[in-house]
Amino acid sequence: MSGEFVARGQDLELVGIRKEFPGFTAIDDLDLKIPAGEFFALLGPSGCGKTTTLRIVAGLEEPTVGKVLIGGKDVTDSKPNERPVNTVFQSYALFPHMTVLENVAFGLRQRKISDPLVKANEALDMVELSHLAARKPQQLSGGQQQRVALARALVNRPALLLLDEPLGALDLKLRRQMQVELKAIQMEVGLTFLHVTHDQEEAMDMADTVAVMNLGKIEQMGAPEALYDRPKTAFVARFLGQSNIFVGEVVEATDSVVAISCNGQRIATPKARAEKHSGKIAVGVRPEKVTFHEGKPDLGSDHNLVGPGEIIDIRFTGVSNQYLIDVPGFGDFTVFAQNVGKSPVVELGAKVWISWKVEHGFGLSDLPSKADNDEA
Amino acid sequence: MAFVALGQGSSKTVEPTRSSRVAFVLLAPGVIYLGLFFLTPLFSLIITSLKTASMTGEIGMYDYGLEFGNYAYAVSQYGPQILRSFVYAIIATVMALLISYPIAYFIGVKARNKPVLQALLLTLVIAPFFISFLLRTLAWKQIFSNESPVTQVLQALTLLPADQNIIGTDFAVIFGLTYNFIPFMTLPIYTSLERLDLRLVEAGSDLYASPAKTFWRITLPLSMPGVISGTLLTFIPISGDYVSASRDFLGDSDTSMLGNVVEATYLRMQDYPTASALSVMLMAAIVIIVSTYVRRAGTEDLL
Repeated sequence: MSGEFVARGQDLELVGIRKEFPGFTAIDDLDLKIPAGEFFALLGPSGCGKTTTLRIVAGLEEPTVGKVLIGGKDVTDSKPNERPVNTVFQSYALFPHMTVLENVAFGLRQRKISDPLVKANEALDMVELSHLAARKPQQLSGGQQQRVALARALVNRPALLLLDEPLGALDLKLRRQMQVELKAIQMEVGLTFLHVTHDQEEAMDMADTVAVMNLGKIEQMGAPEALYDRPKTAFVARFLGQSNIFVGEVVEATDSVVAISCNGQRIATPKARAEKHSGKIAVGVRPEKVTFHEGKPDLGSDHNLVGPGEIIDIRFTGVSNQYLIDVPGFGDFTVFAQNVGKSPVVELGAKVWISWKVEHGFGLSDLPSKADNDEA
Repeated sequence: MAFVALGQGSSKTVEPTRSSRVAFVLLAPGVIYLGLFFLTPLFSLIITSLKTASMTGEIGMYDYGLEFGNYAYAVSQYGPQILRSFVYAIIATVMALLISYPIAYFIGVKARNKPVLQALLLTLVIAPFFISFLLRTLAWKQIFSNESPVTQVLQALTLLPADQNIIGTDFAVIFGLTYNFIPFMTLPIYTSLERLDLRLVEAGSDLYASPAKTFWRITLPLSMPGVISGTLLTFIPISGDYVSASRDFLGDSDTSMLGNVVEATYLRMQDYPTASALSVMLMAAIVIIVSTYVRRAGTEDLL
């Protein structure tokens, strides 16, 4: 451990991490590489192993097998206090017997860095809390405590900053504000951020790269746009946003298109956007890419058409109307229509046809399971 | 940045404004009890401590007076015993703390997720209470006696000179005091450590503090309320203890403490004013020591 600040964030590499607890496996053979200076989000439902992964990186938990490398250096056997890593804990974990300023200066004092109080004050300035430096953490609101926790971690200029659902306890408005702040700070200081969250909007909004984790494994990893546009598994399709998914046998596979037959109706998907091209496969489409028509429209082969179905639920959410349409043999279809002043005027029980462009479909590598449905 | 606007919330404390008759009814038994059995004897004690010897010259008879000389007499006569009481009490309290803290830490932190083990260990800590305080001290008297295997083995190994006893020494008395008060030290510290948020300890190690530093900067300060209660619960009774130091138990004539002197002056010499003056001084000393200690420990906001 050096007493110097690192100039920039460093990269993190997890190699073949596996973590077993008595009775279950929390993480199953995880490989992960986060480039230096990136904002990386680990997204998943509770119990998927994301917090355990974070604790292994911090050194608070030991992997059963596997290696942790920070900046190319193997730190698997290093104690937490020997790693160039700081954590913003979900509970904030501020020391109740110290003032806000002493909390922030704690890490600097331990590393014997010069002028700890000056640097701590600067960090409090950054989160605009220097006027509360002399208070005890208990005298602060949740949002203020969260910012103290952030300052306490950032002041050490760690090679890697770990965020364990730090915004979880905040109300929605404050949360949005903190998301913007956090992202701005990350750009400003250029540190590597590893952010664990179960909030898909938060992950997509803030991260450069999102890894979706489920049952101890990373299901899919990539830029938020790519992940949303082309989910590869049913879990990702349903956890990250919503999806309409259909299962059927492949009846046609050309150079450009894979088509399945679902309940006698042909649904085509671009071949380049499909993971599998034969046998029984699942294909999907996002609800906002789908439109519906009151009469059967005459569309070209670049559209998929399903119907007729019956509207069984309409929800007004402000920016859009969400329709639930029951198509016999397909199950329930979700359709989002923007409120741009000309939204289709339909009532509950109306008979409609549903269509979407073939190019918007995606083919999955697995079939949706009951558990995925529950998750959605 | 929009942080400033968020930082203005202040905490408000709600204070009860309605005075309730129920509260007085509930308080009454305690107030009456303390008035009858604490304040009355206390005034009686102070008055007795100022009495003068009876004009008739009869032993054990005293007249009301304002004889402050009783205090000077008590100090001049029993200074060494007064000093010894506090020295013994401080040493025994520190020993009890050093022994109890690791026990309390193990039960409250290490055994936290093992309820059966935790319950078993707590029972073991309390187990000595199942046997009378006097009997336990008598048992140690046997163990430390000149004929006991312990003394004989130590003498045979020349760890103890052949003409040296264990019984009747400073060591035996302090040992007895420490032993008897360990549960009073262990339980409050355990209660503090049991509530210790281990996430704070993790945060300490995450912020570059070694395990030792984490203990000194986080675990120990957060368990101070328990340490303070524990030291008070041991120091105060030990200062006034008269069993361990007694000649009938582990002590000798040159180990007597304030309690033994009070006993002797009051019951045997029937010198009630001196006995009372000693008691008043003991109380006053404890109040002063304890209040400075609590203030110096700086844990008012943790208590």
